[in-house]
Amino acid sequence: MSTLTDLTLAQARDKLKSREISSRELTEAHIVAMEDARDLNAFITETPEHALTMADAADARIKDEQNGDKIGPIEGIPVAIKDLYCTEGVQTTAASHILEGFKPQYESTVTANMWKAGGVMLGKTNLDEFAMGSSNETSYFGNVISPWRRTDDNAGQIVPGGSSGGSASAVAARIAIAATGTDTGGSIRQPASFVGIVGMKPTYGRCSRWGIVAFASSLDQPGPMTRTVRDSAILLQAMAGHDPKDSTSVNQPLPDFEAALTGDIKGLKIGIPREYRMDGMASEIDDLWKQGVKWLEDAGATCVEISLPHTKYALPAYYIVAPAEASSNLARYDGVRYGLRVDGDSLEEMYEATRGEGFGDEVQRRVLIGTYVLSAGYYDAYYLKAQKVRTRIAEDFRNAFEQVDAILTPTAPSAAFAAGEKGDDPIAMYLNDIFTVPASMAGLPGISVPAGLSADGLPLGLQVLGNAFDEETVFRVGSVLEQAAAFDARPAKWWGDKS
Amino acid sequence: MSLDKATVAGIAHLARIKVDDDRLETMVGELNNILGWIEQLDEVDTDGVAPMTSVADMDAPQRQDIVNDGDCRDRVLANAPAAADGFFGVPKVIE
Amino acid sequence: MSDTVKAPEPQLIQGATGDWEIVLGLEIHAQVVSNAKLFSGAATEFGAEPNTQVSLVDAAMPGMLPVINEVVVEQAVRTGLGLKAQINNYSVFDRKNYFYPDLPQGYQISQFSQPIVGEGIVHVELADGSVREVGVERLHLEQDAGKSVHDLHPQQTYVDLNRSGVALMEIVSKPDMRSAEEAAAYVRKIRSILRYLGTCDGNMEQGSMRADVNVSVRKPGDDLGTRAEIKNVNSLRFIQQAIDYEAQRQVDIIEDGGAIKQETRLFDAGSGTTRAMRSKEEAHDYRYFPDPDLLPLEFDDAFVARIKADLPELPDDKMDRFQAELGLSHYDAGVLVAEREIADYFEVVANGRDAKIAANWVSGNLFGLLNKDGTAITDSPVTAEQLGGLLDLMADGTISGKIAKDVFEDMFATGKDAATIVDEKGLKQVSDTGAIETMVDEVMAANQDKVEEYRGGKDKLMGFFVGQVMKASKGQANPGVVNQILKNKLSG
Repeated sequence: MSTLTDLTLAQARDKLKSREISSRELTEAHIVAMEDARDLNAFITETPEHALTMADAADARIKDEQNGDKIGPIEGIPVAIKDLYCTEGVQTTAASHILEGFKPQYESTVTANMWKAGGVMLGKTNLDEFAMGSSNETSYFGNVISPWRRTDDNAGQIVPGGSSGGSASAVAARIAIAATGTDTGGSIRQPASFVGIVGMKPTYGRCSRWGIVAFASSLDQPGPMTRTVRDSAILLQAMAGHDPKDSTSVNQPLPDFEAALTGDIKGLKIGIPREYRMDGMASEIDDLWKQGVKWLEDAGATCVEISLPHTKYALPAYYIVAPAEASSNLARYDGVRYGLRVDGDSLEEMYEATRGEGFGDEVQRRVLIGTYVLSAGYYDAYYLKAQKVRTRIAEDFRNAFEQVDAILTPTAPSAAFAAGEKGDDPIAMYLNDIFTVPASMAGLPGISVPAGLSADGLPLGLQVLGNAFDEETVFRVGSVLEQAAAFDARPAKWWGDKS
Repeated sequence: MSLDKATVAGIAHLARIKVDDDRLETMVGELNNILGWIEQLDEVDTDGVAPMTSVADMDAPQRQDIVNDGDCRDRVLANAPAAADGFFGVPKVIE
Repeated sequence: MSDTVKAPEPQLIQGATGDWEIVLGLEIHAQVVSNAKLFSGAATEFGAEPNTQVSLVDAAMPGMLPVINEVVVEQAVRTGLGLKAQINNYSVFDRKNYFYPDLPQGYQISQFSQPIVGEGIVHVELADGSVREVGVERLHLEQDAGKSVHDLHPQQTYVDLNRSGVALMEIVSKPDMRSAEEAAAYVRKIRSILRYLGTCDGNMEQGSMRADVNVSVRKPGDDLGTRAEIKNVNSLRFIQQAIDYEAQRQVDIIEDGGAIKQETRLFDAGSGTTRAMRSKEEAHDYRYFPDPDLLPLEFDDAFVARIKADLPELPDDKMDRFQAELGLSHYDAGVLVAEREIADYFEVVANGRDAKIAANWVSGNLFGLLNKDGTAITDSPVTAEQLGGLLDLMADGTISGKIAKDVFEDMFATGKDAATIVDEKGLKQVSDTGAIETMVDEVMAANQDKVEEYRGGKDKLMGFFVGQVMKASKGQANPGVVNQILKNKLSG
């Protein structure tokens, strides 16, 4: 029943509510799609039985008319969860060998919120190991493959971006109606751009980090990955909220995000940061960006050039701060309390063998960089310097948002690339996040909306950034962009059952 | 500045990661590459700039002094590679 | 405290090359009195079954996050005020990174460059009455580690995380102390202040207070020498032993032409020696950085003022008041203020009564029996109110001081009130002149020869007659009345 898997979250929600469809049939259709799409390697753990139990419970709640008002905002909707979110009793790996087999005895706040809102869990999606990567090629459980292929190369595998690559592929390939991601330096927005879906990073503090495997604590933020901006708003509503268990979770009332989608941006001022026009940027990216400006102006917004002078330094500063925090956050994976243990004759040997075998190359690289930049004699030159640069970057945005309501940029400097294409050069890989990292460093919300196709037929996204805790404007501008772009391309099915 | 093999080996030990000798060579090059690229931050004037401590502009929340957690040894030990007699076990340590 | 008191002499070690001075600094780790841990809701009680007071946060499960306990913040501020220290309205929690099985996060959350409390001062009095002013460098909050048990399994070390995440205050002194006695007195004083404040129970046996001792030696007048840090010494006696051993060891090394290595050492209580810790042999690089899971800790002056308004009277102030207002001797006051429980007890006994008599009874008779029994004053079978009642019976002449001592022993054994015992045993002092006159007459009749001698000028015999009358009264006659009547009759 392929049409069921084509439903958006908003459409499915309405059909479930009117009992035109049941959560069980909707969920079963997605389970079939999930099993059929194993070529994509989008999931580390599939939980079909779990999903059907949750679907039946949702159906029961929907059927019980008395409980009509207790039906959650995503009641009965099958979603995929990035395998960085701890899920009670269900293996949670962070795509790392070191956590293989780990079954949390607790549920992350965000997923707990989602289940309370009626969500149905299809499974846990693949990602870059510990969310460190931009192409989903660092997972211990293998690469995730994008459902997209280049028009001129029908066999070549394309990366879905990263780190939330499994979630991206699952949503783009119609395996899940929606999925969760986490964004540290672009891990939701960049893969969304690569696979032609909507990826939203909320303001830092909007969603609880409790129960999500930490990469870089001052940057990590959970967010929704969906096929439409409306779906994004609905899912964020179900995920977000103050959590007293997370000291960095903000205690502010949650706006009605879906209600922000008025379609009206008349009079809004949109900033176009000149520093994002990088040397050597592909002209199709620049063209798409100009097209975006035109779409917004046609809808009644005013676009003005702004300056974010420290943009260029966001990425190198990020590659100090994030690895530094990661080196400390990943110290707990020591083979003592959970996860992999590789025996050794002494404690030291056990530690070194466990972490040497348990962590993949990219994770090791970042842990070593992070260890180094915090070490005695280098702290001031690296970590402290980077945090000062970060203050500068935040100031840039603060100044900009005194003049404008939102900022429009490309999401990524290029379309998706082929697997292995950037494998040998870490810095070339890091540059993928050049447009997403600055807002991460300042903790600001951003959305990537699919806006066009590259010359070789791969999706391209545009990014809308907003002021802190102003996700409403981000959604509003994003949805106008979405309507204007009318992106309706979808990947030709090459995986699984071709019938 | 440039890291040599011994320094990288020292960092790896500090991070308790066993890196085989052949990979250590590659790692030295990669880390130097990344650190060299990072050095462009020197161009930024940060005199008198306070380092960012938190992107969230809020006060640290505080919890009440109430015992409402713990007493869940089974859950704490559930994933332990070596647990015995209610303890976590590790290779013998000599202090 | 009066500043006319002299400072103590340094303890010198006589070496082959001359005298050596010991320089000591202490880091006291004091467990904060709180129900729950510093960053989690698990209990802090001592002695629970292994890993039963461990939350998922304390076990550093993936994705777990810390949230600070508000009472611990208050306790740190209270302690800072008690140490007359600078309170920092803005402080930061840092991560101290190192690997050890009893440190589940792989880092300890502590405060490095911006602690909650800054410099303060503690006055430490020694046995000879000299006083040392010891500077407090800082006080910061940090998480305790778990416990490694090495002797339960031949090939394994066992880890219990019950203590993991319990709130500690680390109180760092300046290197101001010059003798083992001073160091012990300093710890005793800090312990006393903390117990007065109710911020640490000071129980060294259970590990709720322990000290790292930094020891170095130098020729008097020289710059500071290289120090060794002796970790986790958990009794006053061990602190002194460790210092004496370590200082002598250092002198011996230097005089043999060696150099002191800056290192962490362990005190072995069995042999009274110190040895280098194997697990800390390598140079540590803790890679401190602000914990991104926590925001900076901020509070306003009103918060501090509120705590200050509720501070109890501290030992130094009490000491001054006991001397100035109650007229106690320096020594007595010192004994009574050493522990808050003793001072509290004494103040109830002394309330409305003669303070000196109260002091003598508390530090003499009561302490005597408590010590004999090994009972703490908080468990005393005689309450302060009961002891007060006994003193009242003495003051109004119902019983004599001598009888009072016997009554007190009974009270201690039975827990009964003084009045009850006096009634039951008929110990009421006889002040009835008629009855006493009869007894005096009988004694004089039985000792005619002594009466003659007295009347012949042998005044000293007065004591003999008093003794005889008291004996006849079984000690219950009022000695004053006996004296008066004897004097009249003998001279008559």
